[in-house]
Amino acid sequence: MSETTVQKKLMGVFLPEIESTSYLQFIWIAFLVGVIGLGGFALYKQIHDGHVVTGMRDNVVWGVYIVNFIFFMGVSYAGALISGTLHLFRAEWRKPIIRLAEFITIIALLIGPCFILLCIGRLDRLPFLVVFGRIQSPITWDVIAISTDIFGCIIFLYLALLRDIARIRDLNDSRIPKWKRKFYKIMGLGYTGTPEQKVYLNRATDIMAAMVIAIAVIVYSVLAWIFSVTLQPGWHSTIFGPYFVIAAVFSGCGVMIIVMWVVRKLYHLEEYITRKHFVNVGVIMLVLAALFGYFTFSDYLTKWYGSEKNDELLIQLLFNDYYWSFLISNYIGVLLPMIVVGIPKLRTIRNITLSAIVVVIALWLNRYLIVVPTLESPYLPIQDSRPEWVFYQATWVEWSLTAAGVAVFCLLLTIAIKFIPAINVSEMEDHADPEKQILT
Amino acid sequence: MKENEKPQKSSRRDFLKKSLVAGAGVLATGGLVEAYFDASAAESGEKVKVMTTDGKIMEVDQAQLRYPRVSREESKKGIPGKKFVMVIDLARCKNARACVDACQKGHHLPKSQEFMKVFLLQDTENTAPYWFPKPCYHCDNPLCVSVCPVGATYKRTDGIVLIDTNRCIGCKFCITGCPYSTRVFAWEHYPEFDEDKQPYSPEASSPGVEGTVSKCDFCPDLIRVGKLPYCVSSCPMGVIYFGDMDEDVVTNGTETVQFSKLIEDRAGYRYLETLGTRPSVYYLPPVERQFPVERGFGDLDEETRSRYENTPYMKKNKK
Repeated sequence: MSETTVQKKLMGVFLPEIESTSYLQFIWIAFLVGVIGLGGFALYKQIHDGHVVTGMRDNVVWGVYIVNFIFFMGVSYAGALISGTLHLFRAEWRKPIIRLAEFITIIALLIGPCFILLCIGRLDRLPFLVVFGRIQSPITWDVIAISTDIFGCIIFLYLALLRDIARIRDLNDSRIPKWKRKFYKIMGLGYTGTPEQKVYLNRATDIMAAMVIAIAVIVYSVLAWIFSVTLQPGWHSTIFGPYFVIAAVFSGCGVMIIVMWVVRKLYHLEEYITRKHFVNVGVIMLVLAALFGYFTFSDYLTKWYGSEKNDELLIQLLFNDYYWSFLISNYIGVLLPMIVVGIPKLRTIRNITLSAIVVVIALWLNRYLIVVPTLESPYLPIQDSRPEWVFYQATWVEWSLTAAGVAVFCLLLTIAIKFIPAINVSEMEDHADPEKQILT
Repeated sequence: MKENEKPQKSSRRDFLKKSLVAGAGVLATGGLVEAYFDASAAESGEKVKVMTTDGKIMEVDQAQLRYPRVSREESKKGIPGKKFVMVIDLARCKNARACVDACQKGHHLPKSQEFMKVFLLQDTENTAPYWFPKPCYHCDNPLCVSVCPVGATYKRTDGIVLIDTNRCIGCKFCITGCPYSTRVFAWEHYPEFDEDKQPYSPEASSPGVEGTVSKCDFCPDLIRVGKLPYCVSSCPMGVIYFGDMDEDVVTNGTETVQFSKLIEDRAGYRYLETLGTRPSVYYLPPVERQFPVERGFGDLDEETRSRYENTPYMKKNKK
């Protein structure tokens, strides 16, 4: 394979990562493992003592776990959109950031379903979902959709990795640990870049890019239907399918920008991931913010304007007890990215990243406001004196497992970059002129 | 092999003691009900006449009579030719909570798990408050059954919605699916679950299983042997009527009336009819009430009393 100057430079950045692990990185990994360990202990407590250790009770039976489930599934959308869509549109600027998008997708997709498992009372009976599965149940739709999505995304990611894996294999770099070289040899599938192989690979990638977008839309709609097929006030909404899809891409964009910023700083990729990338993904985020705001507005407007008794109770709860969360998730989270990206003067890398952080927090809160307040305002009033039976408050068990989820995300991302360059090196070969590669 | 089986068989015989056939009441499947005799249980003094398998009539103590629980397969079928219905007379309820206590005792439930709940409802500010006992409605269009991913909850031919807690995976989707807050989750292993020494059967909803969902079951195990559900037989006011829609008859234990006539005369209705779940439980409106609402607070313990603290009625009284 011929190598351009850009590719050489990029390999120079990422090869040391593959070859060895620095002292600081060990500390970072140890820290993450520690957080995951705490989550593991919390999980042990939950399995040993029962779900009573969580804040969930008979009224609010779904809590932070389900919120995290929706959240991580949403984040996994980053890859489906940015990588899949931009691949199909052949947008040149995508090249330095698609690898990150694909990493985010696959990692979030592996974490998300774990959170729904935490919510299940009898994990020992999990095989029943397949053995006694009923197609009438939206949970079965979810099982089918998510497993298809994971499968499709793994294939898509693998296709995108193949050329880089073959490239590292062909380096014959003796500094790379032996077991890693073996890994590249097996995973490289004997790809050498013959014209025939290139044709097949491109065709397969095109098909999978389209598939991944379609599957992701289905997965997120099915997830929304779990809520909207019920009769609960606040959930029983026809808008939920597309609303959830938009919210998912929105949060995916937010996480994408944050990860871009971190990786850019850590590996000194200022040359490759430029302001243009932040602005471009930022513009996508702006469009999504507008759409998300529109969906949110029409959902709550119709509930508030011609409200049934229970919708009214729910709106009251949201506007009083959840005042700040509602404000952050549905106003600040929508308006901030629009202002920051919309006004050219404010469009700096730092500002866009900061607004992305706000967006991610806002969307987590948005899911919380969808799940919890509805369960706190059922048709029959909650008549109970035990506070935990009336209002939901997540316990340390739920928070440590949430932290563990974030830690697993960071850990897997760290490990992924130790195997595969964070920028798709092979994609950068199409133009020999480095000036064209380095987008400014 | 046969010799190995022998001691097992004889120990089983010790427990069963005698295989008996007892006469059944109006609600049972047929004229005869299978039962066996457990001499280890305490006597109640109340004797019933039974016929043994070899045709002899003998007298045994009521409390020592045991009925074999039906298997999961059998429990899925439902009692043939029946369509069970419940009518709750809101004019008579004074929140005595005998139904709640009897139900919890009968199903071996902890205090925090109530299959039968009594609400203090007030539809609007200007309408009168009333006590509102709420069992499972055993809907004819049950959302809980539709959403169950593993078929752990099911609708039977006799209209009863049951849960098999040996099948339930505890996803709680049915809890969010039910618009009547009927279902409860076993958040831990409650000591009460150990009280029931009999083998598990979905019909008895007992013993409970940690990490699964359970709810009011209309006591099909009692119906099978010709008894009324715990809540019906325990109510001192005769608030709850139970019966068969096909036969058009309901009873509260003391009086037996025609179901359709009762509904017609007393303007019976179903709660939240607009949701389209088609409940099997009907209510008679709280007109010409036998007790003022305050009577419902009479003998309540502190904890139970405080549950009603946030109701509009109590808030208004405090002012």
